[in-house]
Amino acid sequence: MTTRSSRLFSTTVLTLGFAFLYLPILILMIFSFNESRLVTVWGGFSTKWYSAVLANEAFLDAAWVTLQVAFVSSTLATVLGTMAALVLVRVGPFRGRTLFSGMIYAPLVMPEVITGLSLLLFFVALNIDRGIVTITLAHITFSMCYASVVISSRLVSFDRSIEEAAMDLGCTPLRAFMTVTLPIILPAIVSAWLLSFTLSLDDLVIASFTTGPSATTLPIKIYSQIRLGVTPEINALSTIMILLISCGVITASLMTKRAEQRKARERAEAVRNS
Amino acid sequence: MSDHTQPLPPATAKQNWRKRLLIATPYFWLLLLFLAPFGIVLKISLSDTAIALPPYSPTFDWSDGFSGLLSLFRELDFENYLWLSEDPLYLNAYLSSLRIAATATLLTLLVGYPVAYAMARAPEQWRPALLMFMMLPFWTSFLIRVYAWIGILKNNGLLNFILMSAGITDEPLNILGTNVAVYIGIVYSYMPFMILPLYASLEKLDHTLLEAAADLGCPPWKSFWLITLPLTLPGIVAGCALVFIPSIGEFVIPDLLGGSETLMIGKVMWVEFFGNRDWTVASAVAVILLLILVVPIVLFQRHQEKRGEAFS
Repeated sequence: MTTRSSRLFSTTVLTLGFAFLYLPILILMIFSFNESRLVTVWGGFSTKWYSAVLANEAFLDAAWVTLQVAFVSSTLATVLGTMAALVLVRVGPFRGRTLFSGMIYAPLVMPEVITGLSLLLFFVALNIDRGIVTITLAHITFSMCYASVVISSRLVSFDRSIEEAAMDLGCTPLRAFMTVTLPIILPAIVSAWLLSFTLSLDDLVIASFTTGPSATTLPIKIYSQIRLGVTPEINALSTIMILLISCGVITASLMTKRAEQRKARERAEAVRNS
Repeated sequence: MSDHTQPLPPATAKQNWRKRLLIATPYFWLLLLFLAPFGIVLKISLSDTAIALPPYSPTFDWSDGFSGLLSLFRELDFENYLWLSEDPLYLNAYLSSLRIAATATLLTLLVGYPVAYAMARAPEQWRPALLMFMMLPFWTSFLIRVYAWIGILKNNGLLNFILMSAGITDEPLNILGTNVAVYIGIVYSYMPFMILPLYASLEKLDHTLLEAAADLGCPPWKSFWLITLPLTLPGIVAGCALVFIPSIGEFVIPDLLGGSETLMIGKVMWVEFFGNRDWTVASAVAVILLLILVVPIVLFQRHQEKRGEAFS
């Protein structure tokens, strides 16, 4: 195979692959600006569905509940996930390690209906009122597993000798962790937090099981609307969510990349000066 | 781990205590909120349906203590499992879920492999951006991405509008509400999970092996079959596990894109629970699904652990 034909193959495959990934979302976004209620007929440009969404109290209430759950659950999930990652990568063998790593990896592939049902029955058995607290507890549980996988993949490539050097120079282990390890794994912690946050924003199935009448999250609200049919209002709401999340993810990834580049530059300079 | 040239000072009691706390906190959390709930599902699957709150009996009363626990065990039976085995709906739903998930996983692999291959072959400065844009849809809502296909696939939707305007078909194709729509939905939603591990193993591939094969007169398809494919097998296994296992119990995709012909166990369980309010049968359905999934999940965990060790 010549390089030209292989390059043609690569370009074609990438174009088709990314078109498949992005066209449906793009079409959804375009039709959110449709004046007409019909999905296939273009009735002219309009932003009226956006004002309809922003005037809809039920959507705004659900969005507020969702944001609260996402913020609290992702923060706690990141703390627990960091601890779990340290246990997986740093702490040597201990009794019950296999069970521990099983409980970290299994939720990644566990069908949501099972996780949701089991948590619901658990909360009912313990007589805990279902609502915003139970959704948050459920979200922490599955998000911390994702967080720990993201962080541990960073930890395994981390050069421990830097931390040991700090301890040789008199740092306590905790201080060495805080001043040496934490800044280095910080990009992974940021992406773990962001992943947990978006997982929580997304979740329909587990939230449906673990919520009570008092708390409706945005996905639950959207789902009940979708069952009634495709509406430009849902398209507008979806567009807002997709754009906000995409901006957040892209900004965070650019920021961590820039920080890493700066660090690499500083390190090169330090080597040159020494 | 043990690459110190000088022995570290012996761990103090304080450090040991700290280490134990580090292990215990996430461990306890997962035991309580991940493992213990399965025990409760198992117990309720052995209970009887009751018109009460919660809708099953017996319920355990803490004040009864040990004797209460004993009488609780005496009342449990396998009635719900008998019910599942007598109604062919459930067996068919399990088999059909496995079939749909396996087909969709294969399709995702066939679509994902070329894309991952092209990404790994792209110029190096492009790869982070490609990777980022591959992952971006994964960050945005799953529900919304499935919903986006309804407008495209339905009878008076965009796809049929384009096909009919172009004169390719005279009548609208009936896609929404069929298994084809479910396959499209799974391939679309789970593609990043397939591509990521594939890309990781393709990027590590040693090119000199392929060059050597070409120098020795091996045609590209043959060197792909003999070198690339076997060396990227770990990526293929991981990608397939990440698509196959969760899609067996998928609810949103068969519910929104599938129709009456789509029989999937996740949806059966949802209807049993929310529609029929039959908690005990829903629990029995979940327990059997879990038993089916235990083997692939354990294999997946072993695989992940081995990869983790290989890195360190």
